[in-house]
Amino acid sequence: MSIAITDSGSGMESQLDYSSQYVSFRVDGQLLGMPVNMVQEVLTEQVISPTPLARAEIKGLLNLRGQIVTAVSLRKRLGLPDLEDDRSMNVVTRVGEESFSLLVDEVGDVINVSGRSMEPVPRTLDPHWRSVTIGVFQLDEGLFVILDVETILNFD
Amino acid sequence: MDDILQEFLAESWENLGQLDSEIVELEKDPQNAELIASIFRTIHTIKGTCGFLGLTNLGAVAHSAENVLGKMRERMLEVSPGAISLVLEAIDRIKELLQGLEATGEEPKTDHSTLTLMLDELANLATAPVESTQQAASVTPAEKSPAEPQLDQRPLNEQSQTEIAAVPDGNPAAGEEFHPEVVDPLVPATGTEEVASRSSKVSVADLSIRVNVNVVDSLMNLVGELVLTRNQLLQLARGDEESKYAAPITHLNRVTTDLQEGVMKTRMQPIGNAWNKLPRLVRDLSQVTNKHIELVMTGAETELDRTVLDAIKDPLTHMVRNSADHGIEMPGVRKAAGKPEAGTIHLNAYHEGGHVIIEIQDDGAGISRERVLKKAISQGLIKEVDAPHVTDSHVFSMIFQAGFSTAEQVSSISGRGVGMDVVRTQIEKIGGTVDLASKMGKGTTVRIKIPLTLAIISALVLESGSQPFAIPQLGVVELVRLSAEDCKKIETIHNKKVFRLRDRLLPLVHLNEVLKLEETIPDEDDLQDTNIVVVQVGEDQFGLIVSRIFDTEEIVVKPVGRLLKNIGLYQGTTILGDGRVVMILDVGGIFNQCGGSSAHSQSVAEETPSSTDRDTISMLLFGVKENVTMAVPLSLVARLEEFPLDSIELNGDRKVVQYRENLLPLLSIEGAGYGGGEPVDPQPVIVFSENNRSMGLMVNEIKDIIDEQLVIRMQSDRPGVLGTAIIGKNAIDVIDTQYYVTRSTPNWFEKVEDKKSFRVLVVDDSMFFRQLVATALETEGFSVVTRDSCVAAVELLEKDSRFNAVITDLDLPMMDGFEFCEWLKEQEDTQELSVIALTSANSATDQAKAREAGFDEFLVKFNSHELISCLDESFARLKYKTGVKA
Repeated sequence: MSIAITDSGSGMESQLDYSSQYVSFRVDGQLLGMPVNMVQEVLTEQVISPTPLARAEIKGLLNLRGQIVTAVSLRKRLGLPDLEDDRSMNVVTRVGEESFSLLVDEVGDVINVSGRSMEPVPRTLDPHWRSVTIGVFQLDEGLFVILDVETILNFD
Repeated sequence: MDDILQEFLAESWENLGQLDSEIVELEKDPQNAELIASIFRTIHTIKGTCGFLGLTNLGAVAHSAENVLGKMRERMLEVSPGAISLVLEAIDRIKELLQGLEATGEEPKTDHSTLTLMLDELANLATAPVESTQQAASVTPAEKSPAEPQLDQRPLNEQSQTEIAAVPDGNPAAGEEFHPEVVDPLVPATGTEEVASRSSKVSVADLSIRVNVNVVDSLMNLVGELVLTRNQLLQLARGDEESKYAAPITHLNRVTTDLQEGVMKTRMQPIGNAWNKLPRLVRDLSQVTNKHIELVMTGAETELDRTVLDAIKDPLTHMVRNSADHGIEMPGVRKAAGKPEAGTIHLNAYHEGGHVIIEIQDDGAGISRERVLKKAISQGLIKEVDAPHVTDSHVFSMIFQAGFSTAEQVSSISGRGVGMDVVRTQIEKIGGTVDLASKMGKGTTVRIKIPLTLAIISALVLESGSQPFAIPQLGVVELVRLSAEDCKKIETIHNKKVFRLRDRLLPLVHLNEVLKLEETIPDEDDLQDTNIVVVQVGEDQFGLIVSRIFDTEEIVVKPVGRLLKNIGLYQGTTILGDGRVVMILDVGGIFNQCGGSSAHSQSVAEETPSSTDRDTISMLLFGVKENVTMAVPLSLVARLEEFPLDSIELNGDRKVVQYRENLLPLLSIEGAGYGGGEPVDPQPVIVFSENNRSMGLMVNEIKDIIDEQLVIRMQSDRPGVLGTAIIGKNAIDVIDTQYYVTRSTPNWFEKVEDKKSFRVLVVDDSMFFRQLVATALETEGFSVVTRDSCVAAVELLEKDSRFNAVITDLDLPMMDGFEFCEWLKEQEDTQELSVIALTSANSATDQAKAREAGFDEFLVKFNSHELISCLDESFARLKYKTGVKA
């Protein structure tokens, strides 16, 4: 089952301003987000072929309709332990010529933040998180942390 | 850049590609009118289009070249090397101009007036038709008229520039309009046949279209996807023949296979395209070097994928250049060697089981093994002592190492020390292999084996650590399956597993260990077997132990992702029929990762032990219990006997047997850390015997007697074991006979007690031989002191010279046996000693030298009886002397 996001290019929606929309997901209870136009699609749990000797953050490769996608565990990338019952969902994004999938605990709604302004990352945030974050939005339900996807996928 | 210009460039490059080889061909065969015509057409087409596109500079050069060619075609100008060189020069200028045009979109404003002037002068020189033109002239008009109307709807006008430009579709046959001009003065064409063949040529040309490479590449990718989907469907449908999908899937399968082949075909190009430049290259080289070189090319029509073709262009050029520069000798040298003055470089290409083989063969001087070795030694690639034992193929493979050039003088053509390693890297990059064979004075052959295509390869799918992996079939040499029983044949040397496969030691690598994966214990019976995939990396082979081997599958290679690139063990990824993503292993990477090169040199070192330990000795191999083999030097063995079990009696707690009117004490190997085997009837016994006293060692079976160079690997601290020797590449314990002898008969030495006063110094750098000789002499009752070098022996003797005899090896480091002997004879304290040379070097010169140095005896390794009788003699002399003194 996949929830296609980019395919919904009907006349009305294309008029919408995507820049204020973020796909939200949770890792370790924290609400995280990335710009909707960076997300290729969202998938439920997938069969992932492990890649021996790769860094711990890399869970393996998955086959997305004949396209090979590198799966990166967001938990590991943020310095968190893996869940015991790992039913991670995939947020697929394309960076450069390659597709990557960020493994997250659960995927939430697309959140429209129009009218709010992005605030700088609080200094109190874990440095591990700070280095991969662009900024935050204050929402009623709490802090909405926007990730810097390119940095997340750049390990060195 | 506009489309017409693009088309013009593409077409011109294509035509110019052929041109070089055609002109060189023409130089050899100046009478070939068809060739002249073809060359003329190419230049003419360029000139024509230049006029149309307003490329004046380019047009001027082309025009002057065309003039000369036109005169040649009309046989008014002789096809001389000078003229050819000038035309080639013009073609080079045209290429330069085209390059400039391609890069900037504008015609470079370089000055070519000197060249055009020379060309024009040459054309003006031509006035009178040269030989055989009369005939040609008479034929020309006759032939022209019937051909013309059939081929050309429009009036033929050689000078019409617009007409040529009107055919910008790049049809290489655009020049066909001028074909009627072709005149073979020797074989005048006869009307209709010629015309028919020509018109068929035209139609073939009409059937081809020019397609952008990107289109073909993306088609190839799509077909790759289709193949994967097909594989998945096949997997789903497997085992369900009843399904209503079965028939369509079968059809889909067939169509996909055909489509795949079809698309592959569109990417196929004859290898001749990569050879185009070579005739020109060889011609230029032979002019520069003043050599006569013929280039023969066969199999130019052999097709291969264009990506592969592009990849081998440079390596091929380099190797041909090498052959011409280093391989072929100067004419004088060749003549002196009884070879034809002109050297030949033969390029040959053919298909062989999914691969293309390209051979570059020259009949030149060949590669000097000695020179390569010298260079290899100076670069520290091999040790000097090992040099004579290195195989030819290993020697020649070193040429492909970086920085290796044996050319004594670095020339402008080749020999810069880069090259052959680059050649090898490039060929291996596309999954190919390269070997070289050479014979001094006969020439050199380089053989390149490359896959037909890169995008879809045949791969072996296997499992390790419960995960599937793929290995390109090209690197797989064979598959070996060992039953649980056979697994015992896997030996361990230096913590590295090796398996003796036929005659060679195969280093083994557990794939799951390399990949740091847990190996699950197989529960099914058939999985108890060990599966070994034998793979080839350059010159080396090694075995990958995997838990399961599936099938070969046609897989589509996809690049390794950015985050996985630096692991170095994967050369790609692919999707299997069941949709799983698997990694394609890079066997070269695995080999390097597990210290491949060092593992290799180690095994070489073991196969060719250094000269100091290289002594052949006869060893008796015997089985102690199941699968345990031990050895004893045959020189210590008196006899081999078999006794019926019931003849063995117990005398107290000792086993004895009646033997030659005596009781022979029997011992088993139990004390050596091995449990005795099941009783065997009759019981084989190895009999050791000295001075009418004997003892027998009970063994399970007498296996073999072999003459081997053996290396004692380590001294054992287990009682009864002298050490471990590598015999026939197996590690075998060598027993210490003295241990058993003293155990069987504690008073064994009593009778010979008086010999204790006779002190013998044994000098040998081989630990094994010191032990062996010491054992033999101690068994006999002599007191023995050993030293591993003459220097150490001298040190000892300076302090304590109370020895009666010295037994020394001759070939020793620092101070050899001869010097040692001379030293002994010079010292007052030691000149009385009997000095015995014990050596494996048994040449007459050595013997003479030994006599000169003052040796009393010269013995060949190793006959204990000879040695002992020799010592007995001097012992007897000693007793006599002391008796006299007393």
